[in-house]
Amino acid sequence: MSQPTQAPHKPPFWTIARRDAAAGYIFIAPQLIGIITFVLVPLGLVFWYSLHEWNVLAASFNFVGAANYQMLLADPNLPQVLIASAIFSAGLVILNMSLALLLAVLLDQKLKGMVVFRTLFFSPVVVSLVAWTIVWSFLLQNNGGINGMLAMLGIEGPNWLRTPTTAMISVVVVQVFKNVGLNMILFLAALQGVPKELYEAARVDGASGFKQFRRITLPMISPTILLTSIITIVGSLQVFAQIAVLTQGGPGMTTTVLVYYLYQQAFQFHFFGYGSTLSILLFVIVAVLTFVQWQLRKRIVFYEN
Amino acid sequence: MTKHLLKTTAATAGIILGLAAAGTAWAQDAVNLRMTIWSANEAHLAMFNEIAEGFKATHPNVSVTFEPLPFDSYTTTLTTQIAGGNPPDLAWILETTAADFVNSGALAPLTDAFAATEGYDLADVSEKATALWTKDGQLYAYPFSTSPFAIFANNDVLKAAGAKTPAELIAAGEWTWDNAFASAATVGQSGKTGLVVRDFKFQTWQNLASIWNGWGAAPWSADGKTCTFTEPAMVDALTAIHKAIFTDKAMPGPGEDIDFFAGETGMTITQISRASLLPKENPFDWDLVPLPAGPAGEYSVVGQAGVGAFAKGANKDVAVEFLGYMTNAENSKKLAQFFPPARASLLNAETLASTNPLLSPEQIENVVISGIANGTVLPGHTNFAQIQQTIRAGLDSLWVPEADVAAVLANVCSSVSPLLAR
Repeated sequence: MSQPTQAPHKPPFWTIARRDAAAGYIFIAPQLIGIITFVLVPLGLVFWYSLHEWNVLAASFNFVGAANYQMLLADPNLPQVLIASAIFSAGLVILNMSLALLLAVLLDQKLKGMVVFRTLFFSPVVVSLVAWTIVWSFLLQNNGGINGMLAMLGIEGPNWLRTPTTAMISVVVVQVFKNVGLNMILFLAALQGVPKELYEAARVDGASGFKQFRRITLPMISPTILLTSIITIVGSLQVFAQIAVLTQGGPGMTTTVLVYYLYQQAFQFHFFGYGSTLSILLFVIVAVLTFVQWQLRKRIVFYEN
Repeated sequence: MTKHLLKTTAATAGIILGLAAAGTAWAQDAVNLRMTIWSANEAHLAMFNEIAEGFKATHPNVSVTFEPLPFDSYTTTLTTQIAGGNPPDLAWILETTAADFVNSGALAPLTDAFAATEGYDLADVSEKATALWTKDGQLYAYPFSTSPFAIFANNDVLKAAGAKTPAELIAAGEWTWDNAFASAATVGQSGKTGLVVRDFKFQTWQNLASIWNGWGAAPWSADGKTCTFTEPAMVDALTAIHKAIFTDKAMPGPGEDIDFFAGETGMTITQISRASLLPKENPFDWDLVPLPAGPAGEYSVVGQAGVGAFAKGANKDVAVEFLGYMTNAENSKKLAQFFPPARASLLNAETLASTNPLLSPEQIENVVISGIANGTVLPGHTNFAQIQQTIRAGLDSLWVPEADVAAVLANVCSSVSPLLAR
């Protein structure tokens, strides 16, 4: 009687490790596919386009190497555009962060009705950006709501969107009011995370209110300040709808920021190759700024642990 | 189990692919043409669909869809469709971008195809009307709309302010820009708005050609290579416009958006097709008159729209054939209901009166027919969008009360000259 021949033992394909890995990949797949399709592939394509002269109408797509980058360096409008972007970003970040912090400190009180105020200040964040901007464009018109109110006070308001300085101020302020609520909520959350015993100890030591804010509150919420400043700066460099609706880059080119300029080059003037080159420039600027801020965190950000 | 699944999948894929292949084979004869347009007016669409139905009589396999795109972003949307590899078969084209489309080689030549179409008679279309759409003797788009600029007047507002109406000035033989601005200033100083150049909004400066052509001014030389904003005629014309806005309050200033058809404005310059915006309820006493004479004499200006077929389209030949049908003598009559025609045989009071019931015979004769026959088309140029934008940015400094007109125009020329010379 012979023993039934047994097949040699074959290790199962789905080992625990493989199963875990597969599950992991499946879980991140939606996000990964999204990033590949909508971020990495377009980024690669934009770089590829930036090496070409692409005339949409003539359907010509010719490799020109670095020609678009040479054009970038020689573009007489570019300094103006970069200055406008810098002014816009600086104005926005300073105004947005300080206003958000001020509101957060004011709203971090245990008083009746605080929730109502928090909701009010946050509500613009959930309003459609274009609707918000269109309403402001009516208010800012020469014969619009704001100058109407000023006239009642006997003040002749400027032509907000048609004068270089006030046009820039207008787009900054409209954007700050739109998004200040988001930073406010982040600051508020950070403020409420500061341990109360630190303030008690400081009071015992006789520290003034301002000193407590300077020595305890600011360091404790510095990680949030870093985060919001990165979000705000990156967001400020991407501003488009406000410019398109309020000023179309004018008067002159005073509010033509980088994103609006690249939109003009690519979609209005049909220079898709040069537009792609400008977006590579934008990408580099954002990447460098984010990297610098991230490096600075070691020096200025306080972590409890 | 896995193998079985694979087999099933392969089989299913095979079936689907097979079906798809067969589907292509079946559909080979059916042609679906797509035409982008910037009108979403239902009456326009109904007329186009009727023309497309008529084409089906001889080409039962061809159907045409009309795709309305928003006017403000029309060219941008169209070029984005082309860039994305999804161009329409046919498209309306604005006069300002005509040069870009005609010179790029994007459009299919039409002259020979139209000549081969029975009873088409391309010679019936005036040369002045086709000039913008022609390159090297070939027509690349058909100018289906040639709409003169004219002045709509609100006599109620003018009389209430004590201003002379255009009709009175015409009767007295004094219909000049000096007097037109004076009437507008009287209205403007009474608290209402005197004269609005419609759609100008201190952005679309090319619409000011409806005024500065009266001075014999033009933004660039006839060959398009030289900036002529600094020529005396242009400086004089823009000085007069600047004075009308900032000194005399005859025209609204920048940032004031005013609609003549709301009934609170003395006069507006716009194309006659805007007559459809005249209010039906609470109508005011309106008039339609030709543009006043300028220092350089009488003149007229037209805005044009063309329609072309894309050369690289898969159904190019059918598209060209449809275009020939859509714009033949018979269908041009239908189109003339809404779009002033460039065909000499249709430019008579009889045809136009039946299609423009709002206008009186004199208005048709003086404004429409003579406007189309003598009108200069709005300025256009290759690479128009960039040139437009550069000049717009330069002219922004003109629209302030204390502007130095000559200095601003010198700046405009220095920034736009490199683009024109290209």
